[in-house]
Amino acid sequence: MNVKQKMVGINGDEAAAYALKQCNVDLLSAYPITPQTIIVEKFSEYVANGEVETEFVTVESEHSAMSVCIGGAAAGGRVCTATASAGLALMHEMVFIAASHRLPIVMTVASRALSGPINIHPDHSDSMAERDSSWIQLYAENPQEVYDTVIQAFKIAEDPTVQLPCMVMFDGFIVSHTLQNVSVLPDNVVAKFVGQRRIPKINVMGRETEYKLDVENPITMGPLALFDYYFEHKRQQEEAIKNAKQIICDVNDEFAQVSGRKYGNGLLQQYGFEDAELSIICLGSTAGTIRTVIEEYRTKGIKVGVIRLKTFRPFPENELKTALRNVKAVAVLDRSGGYGAIGGPVFNELRSILYDCKERPFIVNYIYGLGGRDVTPKLIKKVYEDLRNIVKTGQVKENVKFLGVR
Amino acid sequence: MSKKQVERGWKSIPIGGVCWKSSEDYLTGDWRSNRPILDLDKCTSCLLCHIYCPDSSISWDGKKITINYDYCKGCGICAKECPVSAIEMIKE
Repeated sequence: MNVKQKMVGINGDEAAAYALKQCNVDLLSAYPITPQTIIVEKFSEYVANGEVETEFVTVESEHSAMSVCIGGAAAGGRVCTATASAGLALMHEMVFIAASHRLPIVMTVASRALSGPINIHPDHSDSMAERDSSWIQLYAENPQEVYDTVIQAFKIAEDPTVQLPCMVMFDGFIVSHTLQNVSVLPDNVVAKFVGQRRIPKINVMGRETEYKLDVENPITMGPLALFDYYFEHKRQQEEAIKNAKQIICDVNDEFAQVSGRKYGNGLLQQYGFEDAELSIICLGSTAGTIRTVIEEYRTKGIKVGVIRLKTFRPFPENELKTALRNVKAVAVLDRSGGYGAIGGPVFNELRSILYDCKERPFIVNYIYGLGGRDVTPKLIKKVYEDLRNIVKTGQVKENVKFLGVR
Repeated sequence: MSKKQVERGWKSIPIGGVCWKSSEDYLTGDWRSNRPILDLDKCTSCLLCHIYCPDSSISWDGKKITINYDYCKGCGICAKECPVSAIEMIKE
């Protein structure tokens, strides 16, 4: 029972702004930064035109933007912000506080390399630096998915069993500034899908109360918790982000019923041969390039595939194990470095979960696309050829490689 | 010293680090490393210690001053302010 949808030509940033507009956000606070700027510019137009009732708070820095969001969400509002790169880094302290306060803030991140050298082009070093902040992290591939994922993000974050903030990443410029035909749902359909912001109930001084700042029913938020209770609160966060996994799958299904669009199981999306022997794992827009390469291999009958991790946090452990069951060799593409570590963050996590498997594929890591370095079909072919060679020779000569560096 | 408090586990505390009990239930007396001892013979009931105590741990019942060691953090302001040196700080 899909509803009639309108097709609009918009870029990734505008798609994010459009989704935020339809989600009846109470408060938006942000500071401009490339390549996210269009989101907030577009949203400020909606505010100026009276198309939304959102309180739009301009601030002097991203640290303040996230602080304002925390205040707004603590007061019971539906809250969002947008940032990238240095802006996200400047938020770092408040990013952790938003999560530990269990506030379902939605943040769109147009992925951009962290300085230095200063650079405005896409890689995932900004969001990967926040991977242990207990935010849900979703990576969208194109403007359509940005629109769809932002809408889903509110529903996931505000679920009573989750109550955690959620960041939605998409590659700067490649997605943020690229026009695409995007199907958008009618306003009322989105409003119904996301519903009202749900406020969890908590038990304070022996009585049940809503978890929000309310002068009639005062509670203390953000107090000191030392060695006596800090650990227990962190344990709760771990449970909440684990709960998010099922909710992400459920919301992906519910959204498919409304829109007809579905992204794998919400956690990962596979493409290529069902029984692929050689597989690449990546995040974001690179999956599109890989798919075109897979089409070439398909004509040759070489069984290749790609697994796009839509959800990086919570990390879909079991789903990945299942997806890799029959794979002989897997290449992990990391668009951020792991300086001093053995490879990038996705590689580390994937190799870690495979340790438990009796039979596991060969695994190799490629650091690629840093600072917006182009990733071409030729480079992807090189990865698949490397994988073929690994299977043929039965050994991985180098665990971590740098793809496309001179 | 204050009474032993039963600590709860992560499943039974509210989310977000919200205080779930009154500050009266949170006995801060065990933070103390110095204990104020009041000599009632010297005390003139001027109530300066009662006024100055930042933790409202010194009470006056109309007859005499009492120090509540469940909440006294041992800051020593009472001993400093007492005009007749009726309060002495001793090591816990």
